[in-house]
Parts: sequence; structure tokens; C-alpha cells
Amino acid sequence: MLDASVLKQLTDIVGAENIATGTQDLICYGYDATQMEFLPDAVVHPDSAEEVSKILKLANELKLPVFPRGAGSGFTGGALPKGGGIVLVTTRMNRILRIDTDNLVAEVEPGVVTEAFQMAVEKLGLFYPPDPASLKFSTLGGNVAECAGGPRAVKYGVTKDFVMGLEVVLPTGAIIRTGGETVKGVVGYDLTKLLCGSEGTLGVITKIIFKLLPYPDAKKTMLTVFDSIDGAARAVSTIIKNKIIPTTLEFMDHPTLTCVERRFNLGMPDTARAVLLIEVDGDRDLIEKQAGEIHKLIEPLGLVQFRVAKDAAESEELWKVRRLVSPSLRDVNPDKFNEDIVVPRSKVPDVIRRIEAIQKLYDIPIVNFGHAGDGNIHVNIMIDKSVPGQLEKAHEAIKEVFQAALDLGGTMSGEHGVGLAKQPYIPMELNAEQITAMKAIKSALDPNNILNPGKMLP
Amino acid sequence: MTKKQTDPLERVAQDMKKCVKCGACRANCPAFSTFQREPATARGKVALAQHLAKGDITLDDGTYAAMSKCLLCGSCVDKCPNQVPTDEIVIAAREALAQRRGLTTFHKAVGQVIRNRKLMNFGALAAAVLGPIFFRKVPSTSGLRLRFPMPFLGGSRHVPQIAKKPFMKRHPEVIKGEPGKPTIVFFVGCMTNFVYTEIGEATLALFRHLGCTVIIPQGQQCCGLPGMSGGDLNTVRELAEQNLAALEKYPADYVMTACATCGGALHKLYPLVIGKRNPELKARLQALADRTVDAAVLLQKLGLHPEETGAAEGMRITYHDPCHHRTAGIAKQPRALLKDTPGLELVEMEGADRCCGLGGTFNVYHYESSLDINAGKSAAIIETGADAVVTGCPGCIMQLSDGLKQAGDKTRVLHTVELLARKIRS
Repeated sequence: MLDASVLKQLTDIVGAENIATGTQDLICYGYDATQMEFLPDAVVHPDSAEEVSKILKLANELKLPVFPRGAGSGFTGGALPKGGGIVLVTTRMNRILRIDTDNLVAEVEPGVVTEAFQMAVEKLGLFYPPDPASLKFSTLGGNVAECAGGPRAVKYGVTKDFVMGLEVVLPTGAIIRTGGETVKGVVGYDLTKLLCGSEGTLGVITKIIFKLLPYPDAKKTMLTVFDSIDGAARAVSTIIKNKIIPTTLEFMDHPTLTCVERRFNLGMPDTARAVLLIEVDGDRDLIEKQAGEIHKLIEPLGLVQFRVAKDAAESEELWKVRRLVSPSLRDVNPDKFNEDIVVPRSKVPDVIRRIEAIQKLYDIPIVNFGHAGDGNIHVNIMIDKSVPGQLEKAHEAIKEVFQAALDLGGTMSGEHGVGLAKQPYIPMELNAEQITAMKAIKSALDPNNILNPGKMLP
Repeated sequence: MTKKQTDPLERVAQDMKKCVKCGACRANCPAFSTFQREPATARGKVALAQHLAKGDITLDDGTYAAMSKCLLCGSCVDKCPNQVPTDEIVIAAREALAQRRGLTTFHKAVGQVIRNRKLMNFGALAAAVLGPIFFRKVPSTSGLRLRFPMPFLGGSRHVPQIAKKPFMKRHPEVIKGEPGKPTIVFFVGCMTNFVYTEIGEATLALFRHLGCTVIIPQGQQCCGLPGMSGGDLNTVRELAEQNLAALEKYPADYVMTACATCGGALHKLYPLVIGKRNPELKARLQALADRTVDAAVLLQKLGLHPEETGAAEGMRITYHDPCHHRTAGIAKQPRALLKDTPGLELVEMEGADRCCGLGGTFNVYHYESSLDINAGKSAAIIETGADAVVTGCPGCIMQLSDGLKQAGDKTRVLHTVELLARKIRS
């Protein structure tokens, strides 16, 4: 519980209609997509960097924890107010400040919804490629804080590859700008990159300058079906090795296909064991050529079906297979641990084999799909928490999956972040010296450990 | 809560577990689009219902307000990756809250009036229920108190005229058609009976044109939807039984309604609110649900030729999908009929299937928000340059008319059947 004088000061900063302490508000700002729940003491909705600054100054003075939050759609608990404190919601700051068509940059506030931004720039013939699955509701501030990825990362990269500069309120309340809007710039440390993916532990993002691209001429979508998981996995590395970089290279394994097929009856061939959804974009002639080459390259790898979309409607039809994955998974088991390991692209076949072995060892269903083109696999460990022993098994299996990724030169998370969910496993990937270096940065910027405390680092 | 009553939230216990709080509902909820706060989202309401189920009664005050911020439009269900039926969860939560706290004065009044046709026939009182129209919200932090009633004073809402003589009083119970043609029981609904009687007349004319025997059972009552908004499911159950008795009385091929909302009640709500403990009643209500058809859908099925019956004057129209049609998969049928009607040019608006913002008594509690949701709708309608917006729900008609008038626009608002029957009625 915050005492009355603190509440009064917070109310003076944001206005009475932008602070909530009622139980129902606390509950509704205490969850995210992890299904964990922690109740904060208050929820504030500031509307400017100045208000954020005043809140943080007050919190820093009184040593009150503050938890920045966008749409609350994270998978690792980055926005959860564990231990209580103030939830600082950024969604009122939702203005697209400018789209500069001369320099191909845009400046936005953190509460803008990703898709709304994409639509705004596309109207001007421009392109903001990062496309996390949550783009219809996630905010750009959250995307930057978690360094969100998405299917198009294969060709275009992730959120941080598009962030040129930021306005950030530091935990002490200072408002600083990082980076800028020039293509080059080497003065001082690159705080922009440091803040991307810092999960709200180093500062509250209040403005973002994004780099934009011209919107591609055309795209081509292909649905390719393989008779073995290994064939599909090898197709990924073969395409890349032959110097074709598709926009997306989405992978679905046999258990995933079974789930989708059982519920939606898409008429997959019986021999289907894995699917790759491949998309190329760019110049019309070039993508025709690329599609032909891809077909030739993957033909010998056990290809049993190759479908090319003729138009946008057919492309949407092919994407449907991928989009139906998430709703179908619950038929396997009610509870899901959704991990997002990454390995170097050539190691995709190896990691899939390792996961199959882990699945056999623990005898729990593991469903794999995801952005194989960049080596990022969504490993879904499906259990029923109500069955005794399954939760423990799941934790063991997760650990082994992480170890497999690390052994192959990968990482335990490509785009979901660490938050609370992956925190216990951090020492598997980072050694004591690395953690010490990171903690030094944290304590330099946040001496009283008030901003999103207890997250990420152990 | 007394021991005798079962907790309505038990009915949806499994459904609530399906929600993983992913946040997808933030993209689709009309209530969230205006309130912009998490308790207005579907996942927020599910979270609150879960706490309510745990017996966390300290929640009740705020929860009541949060649960009222739902139009029951079903958009969140359509787009939910896990198909969580949040509409059913909200209905259950409202009932649970009503059990624990008792009904609000307003909803008690609603229940009393909608259960009593005699009272409803007494004009102004009928209006009191149909209308949200005569209530205005008092600005207060809770957003829940009401100023009671303001008949004919206007205020900011534009009030439709109450008919001098209700539709059902103008017609005999049985209107004989041609031998061998289908017999249809007409479920009229309060808005058509008391306010938009033209919809009733047009519907009747069309089915008579097709040679159908039309029966308008005098025992039929309000469908009960206004009661549901406040969690008064006992009233809904009572009305379900009374309507069942009235509609079962005549052997008929179809039960037809020209009101999307009434259709939603007969089709989905009635079987839903009758528990498993009364399987015989549930089965009869399910049979009624299976026989219930929307007027436009039935007209198409029976082979209506709009070129023989419908409007001839040249008119540019746009079509609004009522939520209770969208969730029942009704969209193509009315459009197909309108396209075949001489003189009509159909132009699609942006977001035709987005909620108009009425949402039962939602618009009573949250009039400004309801108008805010409606403002987007009005803009989309005006953008098409249509002479008229056409729809299949009298509730939407009231809301759309209000919104357009507030926007200073003169676009007419019509029911599909009014255009389809224009020629035979002129």
C-alpha cells in the first residue's frame, strides 16, 4: 500500500483520471501473456516525458519500484509488478509525431500500436518491417524494450535494427536523448542499442526514431511440404547457403501440422511431416527468379508439395496454415511453455534432432514451429499442470532445450526476452563476469534499483 | 449469495481457463477502443470474473463497473486465438454480481417492465425500457448513476417517436395465407411493436406476398435482452419460458424475427441460460432456437424476388451488420436481396461489421462512450455518400439514427425489409 501523501503526489502529476488504485484496476494491470499475476499498489497513465520524469524522481526519492508497461502482451513477465509498486502505463503516449519522407525516418511515442504505425507509413509507400505476432495490439515502446522480432527478421532484422534514436527517462528522472536520425553517428557510447531489449530495466522510452524502407514492389508466397522434418530443416540451410535471403521462412513440424489439420482440415498430404512457408519480396522479376531457384534447390530434399500463391488472396490462404497454429495447440494439452531458442541457421536440423530426443526422454509433447529462416524456433512444451509431475518434467525439458541451443552456438531467447520466466536459467548462458558487467550498468543508471526491479539479471 | 442458487460462474469455469491473457482482444474490442483501460478488455473481464469466482467479494464495486463496459458484441470471441467466449463469461459474471449484490434500481425497473406486457403497452413505460432513450447519465465518477426519466425533454439523445398504436394491436393473431405455403410464427420484439412499427408492417407484407400464413402469437413478450445487461437472468429465464409457450402454441414451419437482437436471444441466449438441471426445458428451447430464422434469411430462402416487391426510386445505400447477425453468420443474405432490388446501389462502408455502440443497456450507463464508438460508425457511413444506411436490427437503427443526427447528417436509416417491401406497400 502506498501512503496517502504519495498517492496525492502521483495524482498531482498525472491527474485524478489517470491514476487507479481500485482492486479491479490492480488486477487488470497485474497480468501479461505469461499467466502470472502480481498486484501492484497503483497504476499511473502519464502522457508525456515530463510526467514520467516527475513520477520517476518521486519513486527514486522514496525508493518505490516502478514497472513500465505497454500493452502487457509479453511472454516473459517483463511488465509484471512482482513485489508490488507502481505500474507505469505508456499507452496514452500514442502519437505518431512525424513521418519524414525525405529522410525515411519516423518519430513516434511509445504507446503507438505496431500495426497502426505500419499502416501509416505504408500509406506513404514506406515500410516498417518488424512484425511480431502481436503487432495488432503490442506497442512500439514494448517492441523496443523487448527487441521484438517476427517472421520478416530473416531478411530485414529485428526491432533494434530499425531504431535510430530514443528519448528516455532514466530511473533518476533525467530525460535524455540517444542516437539521432542520421545514418552514421559515433559520438559516445551507443546507448540506443543498449536500451533496445533492456526490458524496461534501464529507462522508460518516451520517444522513438525509426528508420524506414521503401515498400517492396511485390512479394511471392510459397507453401512447401516435406516428407521428413530433416528435409525441411535442411531446406532452410540450403536456401541460405545458396545466397537467397527470403523475407520469411516459417517452419512447422509434424505435431504442429497434426494439431492444425485435426481442427481445421486443410487437406495436407498424408506424407507431410514438415512444412516451410517461404516468402520472397522485392523487384517483380527478381522474386520470380528466386522462387524458381528455391523450388529447384529444395526439390531433392523430400519435397511432396510446392504451392505458389497467384495473388494476395491465395497468399493469405497459405498464411492461414501458419496463423492457425496457435489456436490449435491447446488440443494437445491445456498448458504451454512457449520458448524461443535460436541457433545459427545451419544448425536448425541438429537442434530439431536434439529436441526430438528430449521429447522422447521426458515423454511430453513438444511442438515446434517458428522462424526457422533466422534459426529461431518456437519450442512449445505442452503439459497438463493438473497431472502430478508434469510441471517438474516440463522444467527439466526446458533446461535441456536451452542447453541444446547453447551447445550449438545459439541463445535461449531470440525475441521474447528474459523477464521473470527465463531468469532462473540465465547462468546457463551468461557467466559471472558477464553478469557483473551488466549489473554495473544497471546500478550506474539505477542506483536505487527502482526501475523494473527483480527482472532479467539474477 | 444463498446456498440454493448455483454460482453462474461455474457454468463458465472451463471457458475462463482458456484465456491466456495474450492481449489480442485489445485490438478488437469497441469498449476498449473508447475507454482505453485494461478492465474494459475481454481478458480484463475474464481476470475479474476469475477473481469473482474465487469469492473475492471486495471486488464487487469496481467489478460491476468493469463488467458494465461490455457491449456483448462478440468481436473479441471472433478474433480470440483460443476462442474464449467472453460474452458468455460476462453474462455469467453479471448474473453472479446481481446475485451477490442485488439488482440496481434501474435494472429492477427494467425487469419489472419487460416482464409485464400490460405495463409495456402503457406507452411511456414501454419507452422507459426500450429506451435507454429516456435515461441520461449523471456525470459521476462511478459512471453508473442515472437520472430518471426525462420523457420528451429531449436532452442530447434524439428520441424516436413511440407509435400511437402498437403493431400487435393492429393485426389479428392469425393471418391466413395460401394453402400449401409455409406457416410462419412472427416474433415481433418490443422495438418493432412499440417504436418502429413500419418494420413490422413491411415484414408482414413481404411474407403475405409470398403466400405464407403469418401468426403473431399474442402471448409473446420482450425477448429479455435488456434484462441481461444488468445480470437479471431470472427475468430472462422467465421470459424465455413465456415466449417458448407462446411460440410453441402454433405448429409452424419457422419462427421468424426481423430484429437481430431478438434473434440472438432466441437463437443463442435462451439455451445458454437454462442450466443442465432442466434438460427438458433446455431441449425445447434448443428446438425453438433451431427453428428461429432472421426475416431476410428466410425471405431469401423462400425465394423472394425483390424486383417484384422492392424500392424503385434510385438510391445509394450502405449496409451495417448488426453484431447479433455477425455472430450468427448472417451477412451475405440481406446484401444479396438488396442488390437485386431495383434502383438500389450498394456501397460498402469501412468496418461494416463493427459494433454501433448500443449494446443493450450499455448505452444507458455509458452514453458518451457509446456515442464515441458510434462516431466512427457515423463517419464511415457518411464517407460512402449513401442516401441511406440499411440494417437488420431496430436497436442499431435507433443508435445509428442518433449518431448521424449528432453528426448533423441527414442520411436515412432503414431496415432491410422496408426497402424490400417498398413497391408492394406503396
